[in-house]
Amino acid sequence: MLNALKVRWAQGYQTVDHIRQVELNQRFRGLPVIESRACPEDCQACVEVCPSQAIQLSPVRIDLGKCIFCPDCSKVCPAEKIHFTPDYHLSCNEREGLVVGSQTQHPAVKTEERIKQIFGRSLKLRSVSAGGCNGCEMELNALANVNFDMGRFGIEFTASPRHADGLVLTGPISENMAPALQATFDAIPSPKIVIAVGACGISGGVFAASPALDRRFLEKIPVDLYIPGCPPHPLTFLNGLLDLLGKKYS
Amino acid sequence: MKQHWLQTGNGKAVSCKQIPSLPSLEFNSALAEALENKKRVVSWFGMESGSDIRVFAVCSDTSHSALWVTATMFEAEQRSFPSLASRFPAVHLFECELYEQHGLLPENHPWLKPVRFEHGRKHSLGMHDYPFFPMDGAEVHEVGVGPVHAGVIEPGHFRFQCHGETVFHLEIQLGYQHRGLESLFLQKPLLRQAALAESITGDTSIGHVWAYAQAMEGLTGVTPPERAQWLRVIALELERLAMHIGDLGALSGDIAFLPGLSVYGRLRTEVINTSMALSGSRFGRGLIRPGGVVYDVDSQFLAEYLPRMLTHVEKDMDGINEMLIESPSVIPRLEHTGLLSTAVASEIGVVGFVARSSGIAMDSRHDHPYGGYVFLKSRMGAIPTFRWGDVEARTKLRIAEAKQSIQLIWLSLIHLNDQSSISMPCTTDQIQPDSLVVSMVEGWRGEVVHCVVTGPNRETLRYKIKDPSFHNWFGLAQALRNNGISDFPLCNKSFNLSYSGFDL
Repeated sequence: MLNALKVRWAQGYQTVDHIRQVELNQRFRGLPVIESRACPEDCQACVEVCPSQAIQLSPVRIDLGKCIFCPDCSKVCPAEKIHFTPDYHLSCNEREGLVVGSQTQHPAVKTEERIKQIFGRSLKLRSVSAGGCNGCEMELNALANVNFDMGRFGIEFTASPRHADGLVLTGPISENMAPALQATFDAIPSPKIVIAVGACGISGGVFAASPALDRRFLEKIPVDLYIPGCPPHPLTFLNGLLDLLGKKYS
Repeated sequence: MKQHWLQTGNGKAVSCKQIPSLPSLEFNSALAEALENKKRVVSWFGMESGSDIRVFAVCSDTSHSALWVTATMFEAEQRSFPSLASRFPAVHLFECELYEQHGLLPENHPWLKPVRFEHGRKHSLGMHDYPFFPMDGAEVHEVGVGPVHAGVIEPGHFRFQCHGETVFHLEIQLGYQHRGLESLFLQKPLLRQAALAESITGDTSIGHVWAYAQAMEGLTGVTPPERAQWLRVIALELERLAMHIGDLGALSGDIAFLPGLSVYGRLRTEVINTSMALSGSRFGRGLIRPGGVVYDVDSQFLAEYLPRMLTHVEKDMDGINEMLIESPSVIPRLEHTGLLSTAVASEIGVVGFVARSSGIAMDSRHDHPYGGYVFLKSRMGAIPTFRWGDVEARTKLRIAEAKQSIQLIWLSLIHLNDQSSISMPCTTDQIQPDSLVVSMVEGWRGEVVHCVVTGPNRETLRYKIKDPSFHNWFGLAQALRNNGISDFPLCNKSFNLSYSGFDL
């Protein structure tokens, strides 16, 4: 009994209150910042080393929908043009908005009035991992722990697609999983939203060149929210969703 | 042994020309002889060159840290070999894989099932044609679950053959996560595949990328600096600690022991945030690269951050462990559930903490030491094991291993000296042509094995990956027999196997 009290006492209050302003460890690789200074002539070092073809040159731009936030490009650049910052506000509702350069705007999520009206107070999500490596899946599970406690915002994962308002897609969509992904989406009653999570879900990530994928699902179904990362930090997911739903919080 | 096998070691490259090339039947009897002499098949895979298929086998000899390799060649018209699976069930899945990947038919295989429905597979079965074991009887019924499960979890299909609530047989159909990983490893320069290795399975990022990096270092003859070796040990043990703690929380949730769910959940966050402070990623990604590590740590991390986290997590973990073990609602729920006896476990060849929970002392940190573990081996003490093989044993073993990980991190901290270098250059022209390297790392689930074969122009001819889940899924199916079907989630959590690591 005494031990149980000690355990409870040690647990204290663990919930992250101000999820908008939390400062992550300086080493966390979030939003890449690209300096405007010129590249050395004919240099392609970052493009060659990028494991997911996320970088375009002249000018240098990084597609966060493909980027796996590894340190490799920042380490090879002779001009030190690229460095990662601990900024985890990366979500966007436009695919093009995920491409960042030295002059582009910070990726942002616009609140959609229709989505806010329908799902603003309660949003139940069905997750489908279609070839995901369990990185994104573990971070989505972490959203339910005592630290992030996503349920307090009325957002939860649900067991049945019939009870869901939206689909959360992780993984590059393996051809073996593509039919089940479609069936799960079809089972969710309309109106419904689709959220693509992680480099794999958004673009195929490091697997994009594999012939064992079948990404035709995303050719037919529009995505309402893109959440980049490999895997995305739970705070990236949570902030993106709260922005989409237009939730007031401080 | 000696004339049929070439001796090698963990992470050591050998020239393919030195590997014996046996006639097919002799290869089979060499394997059978090794298995009879208590050796274990660590890897057994094919490699296509034109119409020929070269098959390699790797055996482990734990008594003196040796690995043994041999090979055979299947020419164009020869596409079958006598199966060993009836005599040695531990190799049944290797044979199924050879059939699926290369069309080499194991004759008289007792259980020739699809493995993962590979892209470009040599059998014609589709995901919908899986040949489930049928069972007849008036009161027998079938329960099918998946591929999409209730939680946020990877997909797989479970087919339970039940009599009332009791499971007679469970068959697990995998392959939904198949991304064609082994062929992706051939598409780019070998030394640039670290990120792919980290994505084999996200929960074992460090285990797999270390196995990859060690293979690269074996092929290039580069030895990473000592400081990098210790930082790798810290990263791997943080991964093990985080996964064991996280699973203890998930197990607690399954049996409605809610203090466990919330306390272990919070402790896991502290551990993976430490991985983030080390590597910039909560899963340790971006840290390990061929030749060493990318990030160094500063004195503040070593003198304050890490020791504070270790002390704090260990203290709070001890408290919740004690509460878990002593709660009257917990242990009776776990004991005798999901039994995997020592006899069955060794017959089917499970590995890692599942094997150790069933009384089999095996651990590649101990048996095939690498990096910092060469030094730590003598300080690790005996490999912790439990005899019973039930959920209780697997739970208690994870508690013991989590504590051991903390001790290993403390020991590593003592040895992180002031050497400034953390990486040595690894370049393509250093890669040994025509070579094979076998690289083993003890991930938190068990041994992660990467085998790489290079060609005459230093190109990659084969990249074979084996996650511990390759062996252990069959262990879960066995453990479910004669259990209530409602015990499945609990048994499943106690194993927590990888779908993506198996499906590749």
